[in-house]
Amino acid sequence: MKTSMYFGPFGGQYVPETLVPALDELEKAYLASLEDPSFSAEMAPLLRDYVGRPSPLYFAPRITESLGGAKVYLKREDLNHTGAHKINNALGQVLLARRMGKRRIIAETGAGMHGVATATAAALFGLECVVYMGEEDVHRQAANVARMDLLGAKVVSVMSGTRTLKDAVNEAIRDWVTTVEDSFYVIGSVMGPHPYPLMVRDFQKIIGEEAKAQILEKEGRLPDQVVACVGGGSNAMGIFHAFVEHPEVALVGVEAAGRGVETGLHAATISAGKPGVLHGSYSYVLYDGDGQIQPAHSISAGLDYPGVGPEHSHLAETGRASYVSATDDEAVEAFRRTCRLEGIIPALESSHALAHVYRSAGSLPKDTIVLVNLSGRGDKDMDTILSLQSKEEQS
Amino acid sequence: MKKLSMTFGPFGGQHVPEVLLPALGELEEAFLASREDLSFAEEMTHLLRDYVGRPSPLYFASRITESLGGAKVYLKREDLNHTGAHKINNVLGQALLAKRMGKKRVIAETGAGMHGVATATAAALFGLECTVYMGEEDVRRQAPNVARMKLLGAEVIPVTSGTRTLADAVDEAIAAWVGEAGKSFYLLGSVVGPHPYPLMVREFQKIIGEEAKAQILEKERRLPDRVVACVGGGSNAMGLFHAFVEHPEVALVGVEAAGKGVDSEFHAATLTKGKPGVLHGSYSYVLYDENGEVQPAYSISAGLDYPGVGPEHSHLAETGRASYVSATDDEAVDAFLRTCRLEGIIPALESSHALAHVYRTAGSLPKDSIVLANLSGRGDKDMDTILSLLQGK
Amino acid sequence: MKSLSSAFEGKKALVTYIAAGDPDLDTTAYLLKLLDTEGVDVLEVGIPFSDPLADGPVIQQASQRALAGGATLKKILGMLKDLRNEISAPRVLMGYMNSVIAYGQEKFAADAAGAGVSGVIIPDLPFHQGEKLASLLREQGVDFILMVTPNTPAERLRGICERASGFLYCVSRLGVTGESGTAGASPKEYIDRIRSHTSLPLALGFGVGTPEKAALAAEAADGVVVGSALISLLEPCGTDRELLRSKAVPFLRSLREAVGRTRR
Ligand SMILES: Cc1ncc(COP(=O)(O)O)c(C=O)c1O
Ligand SMILES: Cc1ncc(COP(=O)(O)O)c(C=O)c1O
Repeated sequence: MKTSMYFGPFGGQYVPETLVPALDELEKAYLASLEDPSFSAEMAPLLRDYVGRPSPLYFAPRITESLGGAKVYLKREDLNHTGAHKINNALGQVLLARRMGKRRIIAETGAGMHGVATATAAALFGLECVVYMGEEDVHRQAANVARMDLLGAKVVSVMSGTRTLKDAVNEAIRDWVTTVEDSFYVIGSVMGPHPYPLMVRDFQKIIGEEAKAQILEKEGRLPDQVVACVGGGSNAMGIFHAFVEHPEVALVGVEAAGRGVETGLHAATISAGKPGVLHGSYSYVLYDGDGQIQPAHSISAGLDYPGVGPEHSHLAETGRASYVSATDDEAVEAFRRTCRLEGIIPALESSHALAHVYRSAGSLPKDTIVLVNLSGRGDKDMDTILSLQSKEEQS
Repeated sequence: MKKLSMTFGPFGGQHVPEVLLPALGELEEAFLASREDLSFAEEMTHLLRDYVGRPSPLYFASRITESLGGAKVYLKREDLNHTGAHKINNVLGQALLAKRMGKKRVIAETGAGMHGVATATAAALFGLECTVYMGEEDVRRQAPNVARMKLLGAEVIPVTSGTRTLADAVDEAIAAWVGEAGKSFYLLGSVVGPHPYPLMVREFQKIIGEEAKAQILEKERRLPDRVVACVGGGSNAMGLFHAFVEHPEVALVGVEAAGKGVDSEFHAATLTKGKPGVLHGSYSYVLYDENGEVQPAYSISAGLDYPGVGPEHSHLAETGRASYVSATDDEAVDAFLRTCRLEGIIPALESSHALAHVYRTAGSLPKDSIVLANLSGRGDKDMDTILSLLQGK
Repeated sequence: MKSLSSAFEGKKALVTYIAAGDPDLDTTAYLLKLLDTEGVDVLEVGIPFSDPLADGPVIQQASQRALAGGATLKKILGMLKDLRNEISAPRVLMGYMNSVIAYGQEKFAADAAGAGVSGVIIPDLPFHQGEKLASLLREQGVDFILMVTPNTPAERLRGICERASGFLYCVSRLGVTGESGTAGASPKEYIDRIRSHTSLPLALGFGVGTPEKAALAAEAADGVVVGSALISLLEPCGTDRELLRSKAVPFLRSLREAVGRTRR
């Protein structure tokens, strides 16, 4: 059995020839795992007892009350082991790697969350792990570097290009091209060449499946709106997937507008990019007139990426999902508000989704339901927020 | 309504200034009333499930088990709770009680900051004012938790008396409470303090053991042979032990912090090295010298760094129902690092004391025996401590 | 101008790669003429890209220098067009797919042909992804050059050979461009395996940086590609033509000699 490489015109395998056999092998192993009951028999207890799934669907009474409009529910991926949705995918891929007999795991990371999740899964299965991370991010996210270190992973600081996530992906691909026979590349979002966008979405779709069952149990009906932040797009695809077939549910992806889309300092790929090729797939990309990839900017390292998963490009073009954006300032404000109102410290990434809710849910009728993916916890962002605060106090 | 017993054997009681007795009486009444009130239980159940993320999983640690070659090791994953430790179970219960009692403000003490963060969290959730007392030394050592509390809207008051650590923060919080004659709600973080706190906190934490018991019965169809938890004030340990106390075939093991060694001056092994005495409102084991001066406790883990222990533990120790051992700083750090590498789990340094005991002993137990350890919290908060230690070496 | 396949006729071909615009386009034009004069048989011209994921550090840095110097695909095509009657060796453009997409695939094929380009290599465009571009290039008489790697399975190799034109770019080992500790031992077995599927000329590249390695490669293959080593050699010369010439000429001659030693 083969699957389509595309979502509409988007997706594909824009990779060096060396990787084509590896992607074939991966696709076969992945498709076989879907049919193999022993794979899900291993995955299910891990998700339950190790990750802590199902993650709760929490009715946020004080947010709801403060807005005076729609009822707001939060899908609590922040409660997962390692603190974000990333572990769902990392565990799935590392389990696949072990079954394929690979001894060595490669990953890229931006904020460090995917790196920590992958290092965690590699430790759990006793595999060697190398994580590529832009030098800039190594400094910004020192705590996550330390966590990876403790988990036994080797963190390689990437000095090329802009020294951030996109360059870390380049370097991870370069490693993989060289070590393809014994290494497995664990990509952290619904991006990259086929079958990654499909496979990562499948490992993340449990978010939406759980949320759907939970909201049906709590409210007896589907939500009116499902909101998630979009970096590469994995937490968004994870929560969207179960709702795509229900046209009455609006799907909203929130990109990082950084200092404002009009300033050029942003990561709003769908809002401001064009179709192009980055890291192995055809999708919306931020690039200039000559095709050079533009550096992205966001206060949240996990959204700081100039590409987006091909399935999102397809959902955007077909109009099934809509994509909006939130600025750094709006995200920080949403971060603070959520701390004060609900006693939850959200990741800065997730704060973008929350910013959209604060902006729009108040004007919705009281009987509407908005479901937001709280993709991770914000402990990792404390330094960013604190240094912002001390700057504010100085000025 | 029937009154509760104030003591566990000879331990416990209300050794407090007269001015607090009415407040404690009011608290006991409210607590008793809440137990009869279905809507209280309903609200708690809902919050524990959707806000905290309960039930926390019971995880079979296959690589720890394999590496030891003895007992099967299970971990109760309190580290996955909202705010990262078991503390939130108790805090939500008390904050809900505070709200029902019509209190506008909660006061709390904190050492490492975990109980402070949990309290600030619950206060934010219920829209209550929150003041946290924290030793100045701890404010410095645990800056990220101070920042978290502030973000959550709490006021953090640095305590400059004594050793400027947890015991002094409790003194100061109690003094503040006395000063305003119990008007605010004092949200105590462990099974210590005057009656009804030891009992009430245990009741809010006993869900840990109840869940674990049901989970192990489902997984193994029998009770564990041994249940292990670290002991600071003793709340995560009582929370886990309580459901198993009535099953004498289950050994209960509390692990105290031996710091640099129980024969040095630097430890917090209260039940191992202390004597019965009075500290912070109850009669229990305490670390004090010939003059009755409370001795400063020491542990690498701020959450175990306390010279007292809950009265129920003193009782379990004296009756022999539970046994109390200790683990040193070095053993805890070693257990911390091993657990990272073997299971991809970064445990709190507190919990690492319980794990140290497991690493030390579970290998020599028969393969069909079952050890259940409480992973009371996650270790993200301890990264700085571990890193500076590793760099120092 | 010679056709691509004729560049391999009667002798083993020396193929060179330089990044266009490193450090500026005038220097590149100068170098291309020099390489042509020194008997290089095929000139690969790299289109600088911000994210060259199939390249090692040397070509990455060359791309960065070219971008800093203001090189664009449009300007590169302009330069090649200006040079078209001054150079006899066929020119091959090598670059990443997003540069082509940004330029427009139809326009790229037409302008490449107009600039006298004989072939195009896109390392991140395997044939199953490149059918549109391949047919646009074919219409313009430009070869779409495909790559084979040591791990390409037989079935895939057949597919590549069916679609390839010009020559086949045989990647010497798993990895990115540039020097590596071990360039695979004798490439003979690898080249023989490919040859059983095609009559196209076979050029061996990646990590061929010394006359010794070039000689070894030329024993088995029909042509040898040298890129990173040449760029590293010339980088310190900047735009100084005399210095460039004095460094390049002896190196090219030693390569030329090593490759030419074995007749086809
Ligand atoms: C908590 C959190 N949310 C979201 C993201 C963005 O990734 P994606 O769009 O793939 O969900 C990240 C990435 O690091 C993250 O850590
Ligand atoms: C994770 C963790 N475990 C254990 C403790 C010790 O407290 P107790 O003995 O009351 O469980 C603390 C206290 O801060 C803690 O944070």
